[in-house]
Amino acid sequence: MTQLALVIDLNVCVGCHACVTSCKQWNTSGAAGPLADFNPYDGDPTGTFFNRVQSFEVGEFPNTQTVHFPKSCLHCEDPPCVPVCPTGASYKRAEDGIVLVDYDKCIGCKYCAWACPYGAREIDESRKVMTKCTLCVDRIYDPALPERERKPACVLACPTSARLFGDIHDPDSAVSQAIRDNAGYALMPEWGTHPANHYLPRRKTQRHVHADELERADNPLKIDGLLPKPAKTEPSLDDVTSW
Amino acid sequence: MNPAFSVILLTTLLGAGQGLFLALFTAQSYALFDLLPQQDSRSFYASGSLTALALLAAGLGASFFHLGRPERAWRSAAQWRTSWLSRETIVLPAFMALVFLYGVAHWFGWKPVAATLPAGIAIDATLVLGLLGTVLAFLLFLCTAMIYACLPFLREWHSPLTVLNYILLGGSSGFTLATAFAALAGSGLSRFFATWAIILTAAAFVSRGASLLRNARLKPRSTLQTAIGIKHPRIVQTSHGSTGGTFNTREFFHGRTRLFLRSIKWLFLVAVFAAPIPLLAAAMPGPAPAIALLAFAIQYAGLLAERWYFFAEANHPQNLYYQAIA
Repeated sequence: MTQLALVIDLNVCVGCHACVTSCKQWNTSGAAGPLADFNPYDGDPTGTFFNRVQSFEVGEFPNTQTVHFPKSCLHCEDPPCVPVCPTGASYKRAEDGIVLVDYDKCIGCKYCAWACPYGAREIDESRKVMTKCTLCVDRIYDPALPERERKPACVLACPTSARLFGDIHDPDSAVSQAIRDNAGYALMPEWGTHPANHYLPRRKTQRHVHADELERADNPLKIDGLLPKPAKTEPSLDDVTSW
Repeated sequence: MNPAFSVILLTTLLGAGQGLFLALFTAQSYALFDLLPQQDSRSFYASGSLTALALLAAGLGASFFHLGRPERAWRSAAQWRTSWLSRETIVLPAFMALVFLYGVAHWFGWKPVAATLPAGIAIDATLVLGLLGTVLAFLLFLCTAMIYACLPFLREWHSPLTVLNYILLGGSSGFTLATAFAALAGSGLSRFFATWAIILTAAAFVSRGASLLRNARLKPRSTLQTAIGIKHPRIVQTSHGSTGGTFNTREFFHGRTRLFLRSIKWLFLVAVFAAPIPLLAAAMPGPAPAIALLAFAIQYAGLLAERWYFFAEANHPQNLYYQAIA
């Protein structure tokens, strides 16, 4: 079983929205039809996006952290949006675990959006069908693209490599290792949806300096300065260590 | 959630239609055992079924306005194995067909006897059709309610009370309408229907009240901390990730004040339960079509408010990602 997924490293995301714009560009240009925009250059602009970056401020000044939080479909392993679909337009692919919408079958009843606790689905107001992240399914298997470009557009666009893409069921994949080694977590685990996408937490590299490390044990008199230069005949440091 | 008027109309019209059909068949069942006088097939049962069918058809029509692609609605019967919405789209036409057949059988007096009870009571085709229709009416209540009750993270809806409320509220509006209909048809069943309407309305008050109390005490299971996976009591959202509104901010927020919500709640408590009961009691002694019709109009308007509140009250966990609106 393969379960393709994104792993998003909140520790390195700088909130530049490059993933948002590249996602929009790729998915609005595809065969599935454009992602509609309304009033794009006017007041109250709105439109369909598969991916958005939100920002949160955690903590109270001066101990604050700004967390940029990219949010897209999590391609749940037990997706609540799929069984509720009355037409079968919403489905999860057995071969790679991608949750997709068949735009030709969707009746635009929005029931799947209600059934998604993450708000990952958006109706396209122009095509009147439900849309969502496809993990760039029209790109990742395209043999016309060079091997290294067969990744979702957002992953390729990320300037800080905050987005990893791969199979989370393969224990040796880069994403599985990242989840394991860097404490990757799932969103809203309380609903048992088992999201495939994982997030890597903010991590601070901290060095603990113990009191005895501030004092050199081999310099009890605390006299710093040039030590007397040993004579040429005396053993050098290299000689000492090679005893 | 942001209540959609099409769905409010759909659920309330279907409820009243189902309730009216159940009322008609209840009267026929009573009459079978000579507990009530026999009614005229055409002016009572057939025209009553036609009224119920009109309500159901109006509800079905309203449902199309909720769809982005109504021309594909026929596809929605496909996933009946997993989706309550799909089951509803199968049961509703089936129920409408039975109401139609029930009305037609009464209109043309098509009453071949299917079986005879020991006491010599004949079970004719209209009774069999009515019984099947009753089963489908309850199935339809179940499907409609389960569309909402089956979503575990919409906790205001995820309760058996949702199913009970749909049955009792639909039943009470149907029986109230039946009271008015019986008075208009001059059938003398007004008193019978009014009694049942009062009982059902009182029962619906208990059940809906219980769900209001339950929902007032719900503690959210998801928090902003679980939504973004960061453990800190103080998290402030600084950006939604969009300049203007999105589908997520339009579909899941009703955008009304707490005061407005509370006003709607009291409005529907008065209009659905408190006002119709004395009116129905007043309509009991003799045929009083005006009073009974008024009772139905007030109760139906109240049900529109009740359904609006039902949707608005549900707090979707995705709203956690849109803190500035919540």
